[in-house]
Amino acid sequence: MPEFQEKCHVHAIEQVAPDVFQLSVHAPRISAAATPGQFVMVRVGEGFDPLLRRPFSIHQQFADGSLSLLFKKIGRGTTRLSRLNNGDVIDIIGPLGRGFDLSCQEPVGLVGGGMGIAPLAFLAKRLAAGEREVAKDYVLLGARDRHELAPLAAVFTALGYQVRTATDDGSMGHHGFIPDLLADIFSEIQLVYCCGPHPMMKNVVNTCAQADVLCQVSLETHMACGLGACLGCTVAGRDGNYVHVCRQGPVFYAGEVGWAE
Amino acid sequence: MGRVDMCEDIDLQVRIGSLRLRNPVMTASGTFGYGREFAHLVHLQRLGGIVVKGISLRPRPGNPPPRVCETACGMLNAIGLENVGVEGFIAKKMVFLQTVNTPVVVNILGDSVEEYYEIAHRLDGVDGVGALEVNISCPNVKKGGVAFGTVPEMAARVTAAVRRATRLPVIIKLSPNVTDIVLMAKAVEEAGADAVSLINTLIGMAIDSRTRKPRLANIIGGLSGPAIKPVALRMVWQVASAVSIPVIGIGGITTAEDAVEFLLAGATAVEVGTANFYDPAAPEQIIQGLKTYLYEQNEQSVRNIIGSLQTG
Repeated sequence: MPEFQEKCHVHAIEQVAPDVFQLSVHAPRISAAATPGQFVMVRVGEGFDPLLRRPFSIHQQFADGSLSLLFKKIGRGTTRLSRLNNGDVIDIIGPLGRGFDLSCQEPVGLVGGGMGIAPLAFLAKRLAAGEREVAKDYVLLGARDRHELAPLAAVFTALGYQVRTATDDGSMGHHGFIPDLLADIFSEIQLVYCCGPHPMMKNVVNTCAQADVLCQVSLETHMACGLGACLGCTVAGRDGNYVHVCRQGPVFYAGEVGWAE
Repeated sequence: MGRVDMCEDIDLQVRIGSLRLRNPVMTASGTFGYGREFAHLVHLQRLGGIVVKGISLRPRPGNPPPRVCETACGMLNAIGLENVGVEGFIAKKMVFLQTVNTPVVVNILGDSVEEYYEIAHRLDGVDGVGALEVNISCPNVKKGGVAFGTVPEMAARVTAAVRRATRLPVIIKLSPNVTDIVLMAKAVEEAGADAVSLINTLIGMAIDSRTRKPRLANIIGGLSGPAIKPVALRMVWQVASAVSIPVIGIGGITTAEDAVEFLLAGATAVEVGTANFYDPAAPEQIIQGLKTYLYEQNEQSVRNIIGSLQTG
């Protein structure tokens, strides 16, 4: 799998919701090689503080050689990124890791929470570009409130998916959590693609396991390199072993990782 | 002739014992995997050397997560020496490295003097291995877990054992977590080391005040990155002034200027570590920058600047 380090011009930086930003960059080689679920490592500045690159899954990929990342401003790295301007140059390495397994031809469910919705947009677009009837697929999206969720949900609706939503405050869709909505669609799907906060993913994985529906999850951890060198991005595997999110993931079948604790 | 062409005539070759390097820029152990991880991003054949992830006699799973955390101009790690073990390394990792025309230095580690001996012996004669770098920062299990690298006699015993086990050049990687690193360097020189490399990480700690928990599952870990460069530079200068074997400088090196500082302080070569994580292009940029520096300084060979620090 090819990987590239590119100096990328910022095409656009757009605030899509309070504290949520969509960053579009020109990264022709990374964009052309990327598959849904893969991630990039972004250097947030030239200096040494913050020192390490930040991992982001690819939110959207475009034929003109650009790609976009979706992030919430929470720490020093994302605050720096939120201050970028059009024309600024940032250093990006990618595409990295193992993305979603797209071999399932039967109807599927795309289940995302918060910033975990980011990689599902790329996935949804890639699935819609194939032979499948996306009207038979389901997209379940959850977020804090309507402001955060509405602009993200619109991406999936535009592609022709049936979108169901849930918000923590009830301002859009179901008042509660995404896993509550899963039971309704299990009879119609063969596989779930899931990305979101760890407690939500754990809940989705358990719900899927009970219904005997396969589930792929995209995991997020701290990592220093994203290349399989630092060995910092460890999570528990199934048999008491460790797996590395950067190279063996970030997408795993639920059964490949441990869900204890 | 253009300046770039002039730079191409500059001699960057150095020797570490019998190991010849085309240039003095290597990648540090634990920051470059087994080389292949960077094959898409780095011209491996342009590097001075590749020091691979530390290898133990048997595979080790490493520590529970979280294993890394960012600190001011640096990072902490407590990976726990996860590695494939010497047989796995030879069977799975060395095969690729044999196809790369760059010296491979195998970093080795153990729980006992016997283990160091055994692994060094196993690697002796393996095709493509150019030298051994011995991590002596590991705890000596038989001596209550005191790190080999903190007691001169223990460091000397490991050195002598590895020396007996192999014909390869033996580089001892020194720990900075000691009162007097010069004592350690002299002890391993006396015991037969061909070179020393320094520094390994400084032991540190970080706390999440909100959760009141350590940021690493292991509680403490090794600090690396630009934050430690002044400490490393000081130790390299002290050691290079006191021993006659080559010194390899390690610690926060990111730019050619950083590398030059270590060479001036007395290092014959350098290892680029944490920089590989945030900028895989760093080692190659350092090699190019070294040539530019030497050209600007009107020096024909990198060897001319080693230890040329003006202190008077």
